Amino acid sequence: MDKLKEQILRTSGVNTLKCMRCGKCSGTCPSYDEMEYHPHQFVYMVEKGEIEPLMKSKSLYKCLSCFACVERCPRNVEPAKIVEAVRLMVIRQQGENHLTANDIPDLLDEDMPQQAIVSAFRKYSK
Amino acid sequence: MKVSYFPGCTLKNKAKDLDKYARLCALKLGVELEEIENWQCCGGAFSMGEDEIASKLSSVRALQYAKEKDQYLVSVCSACHNVLKQTNYQMQNNSDFAFKANNYLAFDNPYNGETKVIHYLELLRDVIGFDKIKENTVNPLKDKKIAAYYGCLLLRPSKVLAMDDAENPSIMEDFIKAIGATPVVYPYRNECCGGYATLEDKNLVNKKSGLVKNSAKNNGADLIITACPLCKYNLEKNNNTDIPVVYITELLAEALGLKEE
Ligand code: SF4
Ligand code: SF4
Repeated sequence: MDKLKEQILRTSGVNTLKCMRCGKCSGTCPSYDEMEYHPHQFVYMVEKGEIEPLMKSKSLYKCLSCFACVERCPRNVEPAKIVEAVRLMVIRQQGENHLTANDIPDLLDEDMPQQAIVSAFRKYSK
Repeated sequence: MKVSYFPGCTLKNKAKDLDKYARLCALKLGVELEEIENWQCCGGAFSMGEDEIASKLSSVRALQYAKEKDQYLVSVCSACHNVLKQTNYQMQNNSDFAFKANNYLAFDNPYNGETKVIHYLELLRDVIGFDKIKENTVNPLKDKKIAAYYGCLLLRPSKVLAMDDAENPSIMEDFIKAIGATPVVYPYRNECCGGYATLEDKNLVNKKSGLVKNSAKNNGADLIITACPLCKYNLEKNNNTDIPVVYITELLAEALGLKEE
């Protein structure tokens, strides 16, 4: 098996073969309109080993980790874990952080809760 | 009775009222929220990677602290609660992860998921009891129609959070009834507000928060309540629909006669 796919399956703990491509995950995804690749596509593209296009896609940073797809998938595939694993594959590389501390001051306003900043860092940077 | 309390970073800063009234109301109802010494930020969002260890250690420390005191671990912030419960679940169900986390933390007694993690709402429902809240309500909020906003973090994934039916929850509606108000059930109560995307995609967040507010308002609500500072922020920044958003603990304080003006 190709190394990238193997690593994503290991990090996510997901069995992509359980997916029956019903599309329910994508149908319920709040970021559907913003994504070039949708949750069900993440699952089957990883299964087919087409991982590089996913790694380059901005869709990685549109997932809100809302667990709607995890909750509503009838086959218990947990697609968000695949999205997370691909994102981790990218940001674990040197120099590939999506957000850096220097970006923060311009993004703040006086009401912004700390929670927004720490969660974004957890999802976008290593 | 005393419980271990994990306030989290935001309740010490932008969401001070959520924290203050949580403590005051619990005390009035016979529970002291004992803040965990030297707690560290949970990180705000659970890292779903099974091989992510370091980012979960602060949660494991809090879990171990509560275990040693033989207390419930309580948080009010939906995000802290979600991270703590998911980390606890991983400690219980993933022996490889638990082995590595214990190896790193080197506690005198290893931690294996013994602590019971509960949200403040579960404390109210399961430990204190909604009946007791009803008895202690001095200002019943009779004329208020209130929309409970669950968002995503409070209920999902339900296999792990195990707090309520994720698609048809009732814990917040029952809370609203206990303080004498009328709950409004509306379709978007468990859909995402846009979350942390607020940092870089205002447009996305505005759309998602707008759907929630509209849905609450169109179903007749006067007010939205939440336990999450980020939900509150995102909903308030959307100014297309005019409906106030308040913390669950502020509303409880009002009902119990503890609210300072
Ligand atoms: S909901 Fe589940 S089974 Fe359906 S397409 Fe998505 S991952 Fe596959
Ligand atoms: S967790 Fe991510 S991919 Fe899944 S429904 Fe939510 S935003 Fe979409």
